[in-house]
Amino acid sequence: MAHRVLIPTPLRAFTGQKDAVEVDGGTVGEALASLTSSYADLRKHLYADDGKLRHFVNIYVNDDDIRYLERDATALKDGDVISIVPSVAGGAPVSSPPEVYPELSNDEIQRYSRHLILPEVGIDGQRKLKAGKVLCIGAGGLGSPAALYLAAAGVGTIGLVDFDSVDASNLQRQILHSTSDVGRSKLQSAKDRLNALNPEVQVKTYEARLSSANALDLFKGYDVVLDGTDNFATRYLVNDACVLLGIPNAYGSIFRFEGQASVFATKNGPCYRCLYPEPPPPGLVPSCAEGGVLGVLPGVIGTIQATESIKLILGAGSTLVGRLLLYDAWAMRFRELKLRRDPECPVCGDHPTLKQLIDYEEFCGVKPVAAAASAAVPEITVEELKAKIDAKAPIYLLDVREPHEYQIARIPGATLIPLGQLGARYGELPPASAGKEVIVMCRSGARSAKAVTLLKEHGIEGKNLQGGVLAWSDRIDPTQPKY
Amino acid sequence: MVEQFSPGPTASDAVSVPVTTLTLDALETIRAHGAETFPDECCGALIEVGGVVTQAFKMENTTGGSAARRFRIGPDGYRLADKRAREAGGSLVGFYHSHPNEPARPSAYDLEHAWPNLTYVIISVRNGTPADITVWHLRDDRSGYDEGELKWPTGS
Repeated sequence: MAHRVLIPTPLRAFTGQKDAVEVDGGTVGEALASLTSSYADLRKHLYADDGKLRHFVNIYVNDDDIRYLERDATALKDGDVISIVPSVAGGAPVSSPPEVYPELSNDEIQRYSRHLILPEVGIDGQRKLKAGKVLCIGAGGLGSPAALYLAAAGVGTIGLVDFDSVDASNLQRQILHSTSDVGRSKLQSAKDRLNALNPEVQVKTYEARLSSANALDLFKGYDVVLDGTDNFATRYLVNDACVLLGIPNAYGSIFRFEGQASVFATKNGPCYRCLYPEPPPPGLVPSCAEGGVLGVLPGVIGTIQATESIKLILGAGSTLVGRLLLYDAWAMRFRELKLRRDPECPVCGDHPTLKQLIDYEEFCGVKPVAAAASAAVPEITVEELKAKIDAKAPIYLLDVREPHEYQIARIPGATLIPLGQLGARYGELPPASAGKEVIVMCRSGARSAKAVTLLKEHGIEGKNLQGGVLAWSDRIDPTQPKY
Repeated sequence: MVEQFSPGPTASDAVSVPVTTLTLDALETIRAHGAETFPDECCGALIEVGGVVTQAFKMENTTGGSAARRFRIGPDGYRLADKRAREAGGSLVGFYHSHPNEPARPSAYDLEHAWPNLTYVIISVRNGTPADITVWHLRDDRSGYDEGELKWPTGS
């Protein structure tokens, strides 16, 4: 079968200035082979050293690009016209190179072979990962699985921001840390674990509480920030800093059995403020320490954040930009909500009003409330309480935790009225005429401080047990387990 | 008087350097385009009529990567430029692009993507101001570029 191949101007020097030549072949591949056997000098301009068509060489059959047909195997009919159409590309020298990626060693090629045989990742993608830098905010529930998978995947630099030490209650979900790490700095424990998994990865640790003063400096130079924070103030801070610096935010959050994930702060994509313009009133949404969390839940959400980070570095795949993924582990159900950038958003909108970081504790209303609660409420220490119990002083012990917490640990003789029911049940407390001192407790002292304030509004004077049941277990009765 | 003793280019070297001549209009279009898209790269086609590049045809940079470092004119763009050249009674002889805050010399990436027998004009743009402008041709064996000579009318 004979076909015509149209030759573009730059290649006519190799075809004796002919703008069309006749070739044979049943497929595009055969036709091009026929062309290059007649005009051998064409070959090096059409094909790269690996024998593949150069990617700036476009082959059309009639009006269709063969990339969207069957490439070389595209069958030809009589009368089909093949066109060679150039793409023209180039660019500045890469002195500060986004595209100069480090080479892979033979060991790395072996380690990442299952990535390398994915055409979507390949050698080029793995080199991008090696050059990639992800900053994990928090080395806890979300940061643990995320950092582990990022390290395993060969992300070259992993930054970790945390200021905590490993507590036994972390081990149920924070899989970076082991039993022997209890009491150690989370960062040290995390660094050891990540480098044991992959010594090639550079782990940078920042022992600091993230704040408006340090966030921009910490984030600069990272390709992705992975938000594994457990409170609203830091979440807004991470979001705003990412928007201001133009760094994508791989967001995740968890509570009890439910989790969320998305990607914020990409160019033209929405940010966390487009989803939640205002923080919830303080105290409305309990933290994991107060509300509990299924240990495996952050495993799912954190690995989703790691997945998104990897795709962002590769610049491929469909990320969660513009989508909020909701996961319910108890029902085992995933749902998705569409998100759009809010043109009125104060930080990423068309006319942003927020151009620098603010005081996020104030924005979330946490600072004034915490200060007021501890300042206004009379307190008693666990040692003072112990002395009163031993002296059989007239006291009334009120425990405002939830029944399942009461089951875990308690101070003997305490009456349980959960904080949420106290407004309806304060009548159960002894009248002032009984002459009993009311002492209120919870796990750590925060909820009981609110309870003392609430009781005062009903004319009942009470004292808050400093440090709650945890302090009791620490200093008075170590047989009571901590949770 | 000293010049005649220095080992300058010989007459035969000079003859081998291909000359590209731009009209002032084409030159100004390239310079303005580079300033306009800074800090991103600009790109466009060079249309020659009667041995002179009479028109620099501004084109859209369709790179999928960072436009600060890359330009791309896809097959549709190429065909559009070719059509435009034929309509003008001339031919498509090459392309221009800018190097924001980088010298007007072909990069390794330029070489990797080069076509033979095309004229590549590169303009360096420094902090938004057009600077050096040069012209280059790919060697037939793809081993590198040779610099050509770029001319335009000067003086009044």
